[in-house]
Amino acid sequence: MLKVENLYVNYGNVEALHGINLEVQEGEIVTILGANGAGKSTTLLTISGLLKPARGQIFFGDIEISKLEAHDIVKLGIAQVPEGRRVFSTLTVQENLNLGAFTVENDSKIKQVLDWVFHLFPRLKERRQQLAGTLSGGEQQMLAIARGLMANPKILLLDEPSLGLAPILVKSIFSTIREINQSGVTVLLVEQNARSALKLAHRGYVLEVGRIVLSGDAKKLVSDPAVRKAYLGG
Amino acid sequence: MELFIQQLTNGLAIGSIYALIALGYTMVYGVMKLINFAHGDLFSIGAYLGLTFLISFGLVDKVGAPVAILIIMLMVMGLVGLIGILLERVAYRPLRKADRLAAVVSALGASIFFSNSLMLIYGAKFRVYPHNLLPKSYITILELHIPVVRILLLLVSFILMACLYLFVQKTKTGTAIRAAAIDQGAARLMGINVNKIISIVFFIGPALGGAAGIMVGLYYGQVNFLMGWLYGLKAFIAAVIGGIGNIPGAMLGGLILGVIESLGAAYISFAWKDAIAFFVLIVILIVRPTGILGERVAEKV
Repeated sequence: MLKVENLYVNYGNVEALHGINLEVQEGEIVTILGANGAGKSTTLLTISGLLKPARGQIFFGDIEISKLEAHDIVKLGIAQVPEGRRVFSTLTVQENLNLGAFTVENDSKIKQVLDWVFHLFPRLKERRQQLAGTLSGGEQQMLAIARGLMANPKILLLDEPSLGLAPILVKSIFSTIREINQSGVTVLLVEQNARSALKLAHRGYVLEVGRIVLSGDAKKLVSDPAVRKAYLGG
Repeated sequence: MELFIQQLTNGLAIGSIYALIALGYTMVYGVMKLINFAHGDLFSIGAYLGLTFLISFGLVDKVGAPVAILIIMLMVMGLVGLIGILLERVAYRPLRKADRLAAVVSALGASIFFSNSLMLIYGAKFRVYPHNLLPKSYITILELHIPVVRILLLLVSFILMACLYLFVQKTKTGTAIRAAAIDQGAARLMGINVNKIISIVFFIGPALGGAAGIMVGLYYGQVNFLMGWLYGLKAFIAAVIGGIGNIPGAMLGGLILGVIESLGAAYISFAWKDAIAFFVLIVILIVRPTGILGERVAEKV
């Protein structure tokens, strides 16, 4: 469904990704693990078209998307929940959700997805008229995910949804991600929280300073000695 | 009391002009974090285009003054808006990734280009607007005689501002403009074409400035190629008073500045009118640098 081939990306004069390959099949949850600065967010931002690759290709189905504009990529069905949530803090929860559905033309479809995200996150329904900036960190993360879903995506890119959240909230967010996946949305999840991510995902990639050093089934990665040592505390 | 009310209404009228121009500064700043220093000259262009249309098509004779002025105003708004879009394409878009200062210098260059073009086309002297178009009558409220023109000017400004406010608050495109002003990257991830949003902002702002230009021409009766400089500066002060980037702030700031200036001119000295405006700016910058309605800007760490 999504295929990244030999991707090189520069940040200014620094090369952040040195030729990575990865693939996500329809219906999967795939996770990219790695430490700070490994290039995880760079990978997602490049898929979404906010960064342009120096070399390499990105295919979504049969379409090569690496030269497309960000808004066209969203229209194809790739939505991203960015790192640090980045909700529009001076707009209401409802306005944030409406913006998530910016590319969706069909009003009854929007209504249907809105009902679904309110079912996933009932808290947001209670707070729909509140400004997004007044929500707690966990609620803002819920809003960011809900906003991403409003685009009615085929694949959802999640950039560190557990960042800065209490363990109990992480658990609930991750089980919601599973529920989202089970209703047919493919998920590409970037995480530092390797334990939770590998429990959730079908497959995983390990990224180290711009290169993929390991990949495989999540179950296999959990028991891999190198992964255990570096990411799971031995 | 009579003097006070007269100066107050006059201040509101001129303040609503400042507000219309200030909206252009504040909307562009909101989305691009750039002060469009050529904005005052777009206002001048509006004033001159209005003059040309009023005297050349004979529209006034055909449909009568009120309808003619309305049509011409819409034409001027559309044309100045298009010039605004063009300005952004030519002077700002190529510098999007450049140093912030480069865009400011480009803006100043565009300002000089526009004002000198006006001088070459229309001449350096003051040009006079047709003076028989608007009613000369007064309406009397509680023994106060208020010119009808003043009330019309206030009315038109408020209608324009109300339309803008509803557009920005209630429509999908308006919400996208507000989103792009908060976080351009996140807005792009929502599928918003930020370049298109910038073009829309560069249409609306100059269109309102152009409307203000023709209104000043009609209200004061004369225009000059350098008029955009002082009006632009005053409107910029108004935008800062209200909180730059904030749309209701620009409206409020314009009205406050107009009233203070007008009352200052009456009760202190007319000669000090401009100095009073700049004094207000200094006070605001010291006491409340983010402006009356401006939010505290949290720097991202």
